[in-house]
Amino acid sequence: MAAFGSFALLIALALAAYNLLAGALALRLIATGQPATTPTSKNRSLGTTARVSPERLADTARRAGIASFVAVTAAAFALVWSVFANDFSLAYILEHSNRALPAAYKFSALWSGQEGSLLLWAWLLAAYGFVLRLTHKTDVKLYAYAGTILAGVQAFFLAILCFAAPPFALFQGAVPEDGNGLNPLLQYPEMVIHPPMLYLGYVGFSVPFAFALGALMMRYPGERWIKVTRVWTMVTWLFLTCGIFLGMHWAYAVLGWGGYWGWDPVENASFMPWLTGTAFLHSVMMQEKKGMMKSWNVWLIFSTFLLTLLGTLLTRAGLVSSVHAFAQSSIGTWFVVFMGIVLAVCVVTYILQRSHLQSEHHLESLVSRESSFLFNNLVLLTACFVILWGTLFPILSEYVEGSKVTVGAPFYNRVAVPIGLFLLFLTGVGPLLPWRATSLRAIRRNFVLPSIALWATVIVCLVAGVRPWKDGALDAGNFYALVAFALSAGVLTAVLSEFFHGARVIAKQTGHNLLAATWLLTRRNTRRYGGYIVHIGVVVIVVGLAGSAFNRNVESEMGLHDKLVIGPYTLVQVGATQDSSANYDSEYALLDVYKGGKRATELKRDGWLFHLIPLQMAPEKRVYQPTGQPQTMVAIHSVPEWDLYVVYEGTNPDTGQPIIKAFLNPLVGWIWFGLVVLVVGTLVALVPALSPATAAVRVPARAPSEPALKGGIA
Amino acid sequence: MRRSTPLTFWIRAVEAAALAVAVCFSMGATDASSRFNDLGHRLMCTCGCAQLLGECNHVGCPESGREREELKTAIAAGKSDKEIFDWFAAKYGATVLAAPTTQGFDLVAWIAPFAVFGAALVGTVLLVRRWSAGKAQAAAGPGVASMDPAERARLEKIRRETDSGGDGGY
Repeated sequence: MAAFGSFALLIALALAAYNLLAGALALRLIATGQPATTPTSKNRSLGTTARVSPERLADTARRAGIASFVAVTAAAFALVWSVFANDFSLAYILEHSNRALPAAYKFSALWSGQEGSLLLWAWLLAAYGFVLRLTHKTDVKLYAYAGTILAGVQAFFLAILCFAAPPFALFQGAVPEDGNGLNPLLQYPEMVIHPPMLYLGYVGFSVPFAFALGALMMRYPGERWIKVTRVWTMVTWLFLTCGIFLGMHWAYAVLGWGGYWGWDPVENASFMPWLTGTAFLHSVMMQEKKGMMKSWNVWLIFSTFLLTLLGTLLTRAGLVSSVHAFAQSSIGTWFVVFMGIVLAVCVVTYILQRSHLQSEHHLESLVSRESSFLFNNLVLLTACFVILWGTLFPILSEYVEGSKVTVGAPFYNRVAVPIGLFLLFLTGVGPLLPWRATSLRAIRRNFVLPSIALWATVIVCLVAGVRPWKDGALDAGNFYALVAFALSAGVLTAVLSEFFHGARVIAKQTGHNLLAATWLLTRRNTRRYGGYIVHIGVVVIVVGLAGSAFNRNVESEMGLHDKLVIGPYTLVQVGATQDSSANYDSEYALLDVYKGGKRATELKRDGWLFHLIPLQMAPEKRVYQPTGQPQTMVAIHSVPEWDLYVVYEGTNPDTGQPIIKAFLNPLVGWIWFGLVVLVVGTLVALVPALSPATAAVRVPARAPSEPALKGGIA
Repeated sequence: MRRSTPLTFWIRAVEAAALAVAVCFSMGATDASSRFNDLGHRLMCTCGCAQLLGECNHVGCPESGREREELKTAIAAGKSDKEIFDWFAAKYGATVLAAPTTQGFDLVAWIAPFAVFGAALVGTVLLVRRWSAGKAQAAAGPGVASMDPAERARLEKIRRETDSGGDGGY
């Protein structure tokens, strides 16, 4: 399998290189209007050259791209096969798997190390390219440009896999009987889907990048490429969003520190392209509606792609210290060089073709939807800069002063949280402002309800005990939480009132009830109302995040029948025991949970039925066999108000009693629910709208007056 | 005596509000346990776990227990925040502080985000004003105006053929 996998990678590299070179040559010939000439054995003897149509050359390049996907798939299959076959003659399998590893986690071994995760990256990129090349008839020439650019990116990753980080390298020496096992931190259900999801997001941004660069190279007229790119960007953005949130949930459930976001460089690396991608999804509407910000949009996509590369560089090259950089090595130089090449290509293309991006910039008013988009982009880009700055400042400090500093949560909480709240404010204001201009009266009318909701929330929170001061001083956490709750109420009211106004009009026109009218309204403009649902999801998430200001925790050594009280809950230790399996040894405590003097209950599924059963929690500590690495398995009881989060920290070596740490984390469940709303909103926005323009009109296909690939501008 | 204009009134009001907020932020919490909690979240555990001292959850961590005791002792001795941070930085190195200080080159870490935000905000406002003011001239559009009519017609034709109507968007 090692030889098969290695050859598959080499063939994939050769095919990707052919796709890049032949594709580039064909597109150049088409752009300059020249035919390709190829000497063949027959005409060489005649002293002539055969003419090959550039369109055919481009098609061979496309087919090579498709074949490259097959070859990378074969290589990925070879690695997965080797994991399941416990082929420890491969150094990678030896390092990242063992015989007792459960089957689901054997898949995780594919991305638990440097070489495997790069192979996953290359496979996902090839898969995206495969879909793109199969759908090339949408716009043959644009897709040819995009496919060729993607082949360039693909060739880079395959070159690393073939020469710098080969996943099929053989172990030198006598092959051990068993492997070293998978990192225990990765042996968790979410870890089976979190990295592929995150990678789908990271890799996916290559596609809009390829379209944007290709459209600029060929001076693509009109804004249709924006529509094509938008769908790819939204799908990619959705994957990245899900990947980030799955990572948060994994950190919450596995690391055992009671939080879900630690501003770790690896987390930051995934968040930065998300911010620029979000900015692009907003500003692109300015280009579609008003023909504005063409250069800006192109650079947003370029930056997003470069940030995905930077994120990978930070994760892989060990430039910054991270709590969960699982796969570090010395491939940083490859990435730095590639980023330099990509940047140079982007800059040169932009300079040569910038006249094509001339925009008609005009605004009718400072207070308009257009302005709100500009400010939205400003805030998103500033947030991205802040995170990039914080991530790279330790390196800068070391270079300037010779000593490293830590840039951790206190820095981001002070700098990024206010920016995030300003962004939330804009999320509410934007939809209330019409395009072009608005009157003072309209502003007053639109803002009355949200303002009332905002101030009512402030009063309710103050009455409920959320005080932005403590011991005579301003409490920053509570203050930000209060602002977040109030703004969330304002934004939610603003968005819901948009639904209400639109639905009321449709209800009057059609006689439907308000609910049916809302459904019809959403179907008529899925993009707009899907976007609003995404905003509702963001609001729900912000409420959940704001709850962290009120987290509490208590830690205690617990003997049999000892009690631990946190908030309304009382935990009683009813047993502490040990267990052993082929993969790990574990210790855990059994804790009966009481609330208000009665046994707390939880909903338990039994087939298709649900039963209320007494709540018992079993926080666990595992020690994995091959490496002896410990791992926390947190017990979580989640209700809408809060999470009761219990950690088995270990045993006191003097008394042998378990040490239990319990957290009461308010509103955490809202974060995961907000993600569901956000995903639903994005899917709604992706569905084509139900309207006469898209539903009824079917224009018969016309015979092309010229070859599909012809007509490009050099 | 100068007459107070509405502008100067608002400037003074903003100054007063900023001063009040600054005073609030500069006042330290009086309770020792909340101060321990606050400072514990501004220091790092030095065992290499990359966690804040107040959140380090390793049983048997070789560093966090000692660090916590040192922090408690320093608070009980009535040391100021700065004295405590200086002492920790001298003993464990600057990486024990969870955020850069506000002195020397570290100050750049704090200034840069706000400077960039301010500059970008001013730039955006100026841009919006310029675009608003120049709408009459821009209506024709320099790029479009200077374009060859045949090229403009060709682009317009392609735009019509390739743009699929649009659903109005956001």
